[in-house]
Amino acid sequence: MGRTTSVFRGLLLGSVSGLFLVHAAAAPALAETVLRASMHADVRTLDPHWTTQTIAGIHGMLVYDTLFGVDDELIPKPQMVGDYKISDDRKTYTFTLREGLKFHDGTPVTTNDVIASLKRWGAKDQAARAMMGYVSALEKVDERTFRMVLTEPYGLVLDTLGKTGTMVPIIMREKDASTEGNAQVTEAIGSGPFRMLKEQWVPGSKTVYARNADYVPRKEAPSGFSGAKVPRVDRIELLWIADAQTRMQALIAGEIDFLEQPSVDFVPILEQTPNVKVIRTGSVDSHWGTIRINHLHPPFDKPEARQALYHLVKQEDFLQTIVGNPQYYRVCYSFITCGTAYADETGKEQVGDYNPKKALEKLKAAGYKNEPISVLAATDHHTITPASQVLLASMRAAGINVDAVSIDWGSVVARRAKREKPEAGGWNIFVTTSSGVSSLNPALNTWLGAGCEKANVGWPCDEELDRLRAQFAFAGSVEERKQIARKIQERAVHVVPYIIFGQWTQPLAYRSDKIDGIVPVTGTTVFWNIAKKG
Amino acid sequence: MGAYIVRRLLATFPVMAVVAVFVFLLLRLAPGDPAALIAGDDATSADIDAIRAKLGLDLPIWEQFVLWIADILRGDLGVSIFSNLPVTVLIGQRLEPTLMLMLATLFVAVTLAIPLGVLAAWKARTAIDRIVMVFSVLGFAVPVFLAGYVLIYIFSIQLRWLPVQGYRPLAQGLWPCLQGLILPAIALGTTYMALIARITRASMLEVLAQDYIRTANAKGLATRRVLLLHALKNASVPIVTVIGIGIALLISGVVITETVFNIPGLGRLTVDAVLKRDYPIVQGLILVFAGVKVLINLMIDLSYVFLDPRIRY
Repeated sequence: MGRTTSVFRGLLLGSVSGLFLVHAAAAPALAETVLRASMHADVRTLDPHWTTQTIAGIHGMLVYDTLFGVDDELIPKPQMVGDYKISDDRKTYTFTLREGLKFHDGTPVTTNDVIASLKRWGAKDQAARAMMGYVSALEKVDERTFRMVLTEPYGLVLDTLGKTGTMVPIIMREKDASTEGNAQVTEAIGSGPFRMLKEQWVPGSKTVYARNADYVPRKEAPSGFSGAKVPRVDRIELLWIADAQTRMQALIAGEIDFLEQPSVDFVPILEQTPNVKVIRTGSVDSHWGTIRINHLHPPFDKPEARQALYHLVKQEDFLQTIVGNPQYYRVCYSFITCGTAYADETGKEQVGDYNPKKALEKLKAAGYKNEPISVLAATDHHTITPASQVLLASMRAAGINVDAVSIDWGSVVARRAKREKPEAGGWNIFVTTSSGVSSLNPALNTWLGAGCEKANVGWPCDEELDRLRAQFAFAGSVEERKQIARKIQERAVHVVPYIIFGQWTQPLAYRSDKIDGIVPVTGTTVFWNIAKKG
Repeated sequence: MGAYIVRRLLATFPVMAVVAVFVFLLLRLAPGDPAALIAGDDATSADIDAIRAKLGLDLPIWEQFVLWIADILRGDLGVSIFSNLPVTVLIGQRLEPTLMLMLATLFVAVTLAIPLGVLAAWKARTAIDRIVMVFSVLGFAVPVFLAGYVLIYIFSIQLRWLPVQGYRPLAQGLWPCLQGLILPAIALGTTYMALIARITRASMLEVLAQDYIRTANAKGLATRRVLLLHALKNASVPIVTVIGIGIALLISGVVITETVFNIPGLGRLTVDAVLKRDYPIVQGLILVFAGVKVLINLMIDLSYVFLDPRIRY
């Protein structure tokens, strides 16, 4: 009897807790300052190392802190770390934590926590794995000092520790970080500027945070993910409003203060709305679009066939369709995010030569015999869906036999992992987008990897390209890196791990009469230093 | 009567069992993989396989089904793949907004539709009848989301009378709660109002043509008494049936309304769970919905006994 009624008890418990907790969440104390932000997704999981979802990273940056953070110039700067030393042979890094760092449960942050967190993250994140491949030891020196010993002078240690976007190297308590990597951490106890109020969490609707009064910000001025992270509001409510129009109307009506990703269709309306400001999210474009090709199966197992696809892509067509306003997009022929240090557009004459007729001729020359080309076309994504349609139209206009597989994005993600032939449930091509910050470093841009079965889906296989990416990671100077980046670009144009269809920035909108102090960063959203007016 | 109720309740078990098998197979056979969604863009095939194994999705389908059924028999609907919270708690969090929205919608629909239907029947083939019927056709024709956007624009953006979105629980007071329900209930209720008004009119027209109504009129009874006491009561069986069907339809109807007005109810929970392939939530919700529909049907059937003394079970 007791067991059979537990469903109803659960429902009752949920109802009652929902009733009172939502009440508590929506009824702040009189003097409390509350920032209400509508986000691009809902906080679905509490573990930022369990998934690569951006929203998990945003949650992570609120609750946790990082050892390093990149500034506006994308240079890694110490954050939780106070001092650090690099040995002359660049193989030993010694880090000392700042004084006074405490978790939200009041316990001090120690090197045990840091080492456990880095090990867990190092097993999950691709950039971290690349670094950890050269780490021979992570040693505790004392409660605040630890040492990272490398087998080779890997040059991207600080860049990797300062990684942003997804799978950010946040520092958890040792007991949380001891959770196996594929199991979720179910607590959200960090040392970051805000505490999560887990009991007020309604997944799929609202996630609530409170100011961490014990947080000790750095003294430096805020810059990107570095400098002072000052929690200036008492409470933050991250809201998930599924409908894009309702999100916009809620901002116009003043029911929310911050709209993370307004639909580009609505940006002109928001720009003309009194007391609403629309701004860019940092210096780097937030997104880039890519056409991913499966290198395993004909005709795209030959580079000539993959290169033929360059002639199908007129970037303006894609960008006009998914963004519309040239103020927010740019044509880019570099495999590294344009506008950043290592971007290089070598080969743009070939990559940018839009000519569908030539595409078909080259495909036939490469052995294409009019067999159906399987394109996974997502039907429910605000940018990938229209971009897929532009590609399909271009392929059909060229006379290519297209098998458009129209499925939702969840199904695309599942099917693209299949290595079988297209006719056996695999695929040839799909369209996706990625974060601008994830591709500004050739060694850490995982879509550029060409390690055959170890590479990302599509499985490009080119020893030379991967050798150059590894070489980049060991370069001693920016100039040397730039030279290698050019070689990577040249090789990638030949190998065609993917085809770029442009890059754009997703603006954010906020109520200028209600809040100020927004720190624009690329690839994610941060809430420190934002204050309520009045 | 008691035996009938017991028989009907017992009959729900095979219905629920069939629903359970169907929803389980449908989800597993449909394309999509929660492990791939969790792992994200940078994940390798090995990463996805590891997550799948952790979630138990690598087991044969029959084994997953047996484990799930065993959990249900223990009274456990499972745990969300993403949030790691029990499905019962997640459903419980969303129950109040959906129930309140359904009640408000039914209130709007029934309180307006039945008088309009009676009026149209009473004034059949007059201008009033035609106006009511045109209104009914419009109610069917205008999509809920469009009605929602128009209402938001007028009452929330221009007049600033009501909030654009969100739900405030009853614990915060009746008026704050109702404020957030007025526009969604009107948007969603218009369709049901149209449906109920048409059925009421048709049913009333049939009854008004009966001899006993003519007799009642001949006796000099007041029109109101004839319409409401003699005609409406006898016309009520099909009306109640449609209202009952409407309640069942509302379960799916609230999805769009909850989305447009950002009401954190069961509809949104279902859609989000389907898109994320959060199998335990979808399975749990569909079982709950199926149970609710079975109960509503039973209640409708039982109500006939009170409305029509000729009906016996």
